[in-house]
Amino acid sequence: MNKVVKNVEEALVGIQDGMTLMLGGFGLCGIPENSIGQLVKLGTKNLTCISNNAGVDDFGIGLMLQAKQVKKMISSYVGENDEFERQMLSGELEVDLIPQGSLAERCRAGGAGIPAFFTPAGYGTEVAEGKEVRVFNGKPHILESALTADFAIVKAWKGDTEGNLIYKAAARNFNPMMAMAGKITVAEVEELVPAGTLDPNQIHTPGIFVQRIFKGTAFEKRIEQRTVRKNA
Amino acid sequence: MALDKNGIAQRIAQELKNGWYVNLGIGIPTLVANYIPEGIEVEFQSENGILGMGPFPFEGEEDADLINAGKQTITTVAGASFFDSATSFAMIRGQHVQLTVLGAMEVSQNGDIANWKIPGKMVKGMGGAMDLVASAENIIVAMMHSNKAGESKILKECTLPLTGVGCVKKVVTELAVLEIKDGKFHLIERAPGVSVEEIISKTEGELVVPDVVPEMHFD
Repeated sequence: MNKVVKNVEEALVGIQDGMTLMLGGFGLCGIPENSIGQLVKLGTKNLTCISNNAGVDDFGIGLMLQAKQVKKMISSYVGENDEFERQMLSGELEVDLIPQGSLAERCRAGGAGIPAFFTPAGYGTEVAEGKEVRVFNGKPHILESALTADFAIVKAWKGDTEGNLIYKAAARNFNPMMAMAGKITVAEVEELVPAGTLDPNQIHTPGIFVQRIFKGTAFEKRIEQRTVRKNA
Repeated sequence: MALDKNGIAQRIAQELKNGWYVNLGIGIPTLVANYIPEGIEVEFQSENGILGMGPFPFEGEEDADLINAGKQTITTVAGASFFDSATSFAMIRGQHVQLTVLGAMEVSQNGDIANWKIPGKMVKGMGGAMDLVASAENIIVAMMHSNKAGESKILKECTLPLTGVGCVKKVVTELAVLEIKDGKFHLIERAPGVSVEEIISKTEGELVVPDVVPEMHFD
């Protein structure tokens, strides 16, 4: 089945005010930067965004925060973004902070048809407030529910016309789980090849999880913390 | 003399055991990788999806797709693997990672840890810390004994929002190695030249002090 759409404009058709979006990536690594640029252009408002981080002030989801498009963020770590902190402390932005492993598993569960699961993470902390606690093997666990989204927007290294995806290195992160959890999943890829080109043994996200795929035109792939060692 | 950050890291590195998979947090814990004792082979896990993390890249070889959990550019060692975040936390929650080293703002004598939030001031989020402390069998906290105002961070009870309850077993500071058991801190070692009295005066939580407290030993 051919999932290819012409461009980012076509890929994001149907995204409306008030929707819930999942956006892949960890920090600025593996984020769907072409789609984020288009979301800013569209000016869609009151969005709930599920993403591990919120970008930095002038890149990634930070651009959507600057444009006041986000009503609520569901993340695990938001440390690198001053505008985010300002909006959160002033009450403009609703924020749900979730342990990173629980966030990943909640997305996975959402895509896998598992409505909820028990995890030890967060027991005894404010994350556990209002959540059911059960003891398994002598250890308390809290009930966490699945997450799904109207649109999941992911970024992959290579993809084919069937929507099969391969990620590169640590840019995989949240993308595979989010791809599973979108009612409509959009994949932007650096390289788009005909079906049959990618080795089926090497596919990370099978095409069944992807509804639309396009080749991104611009990948800045910004590095957040450039750390190097001296050449020997 | 009190240790510097590298000294704390070097002391923690002495806890490494051959064959362990280890997750190092941001800050002092990251430095532990620089002091792996000779003859010890460990593999570093980064919770954003890397097993077999190596040192920083040489200049010009940075790869935007290859970063650690602190968002720093890094490399991999031979035998490394990449995986998604759910698999990464399956390794952590499933106790396949033998040691977690992380920083803290406060630790209490029953093993509670606080390191993610200062209400009204700083809200960065817990990242993977809550998953790590809830599941790891071995948790070592690397931290300074007191805050900038000189107040002890080794407490009877944490005052900040908790990251995990009853999970910390060992703390290494610039002054001492402390073990937590039976709801008390136990003084195991002191930094070279640091007196037991100084450690006692800077520890708010209940501290059990044996008759002889050996100095840390560095090669």
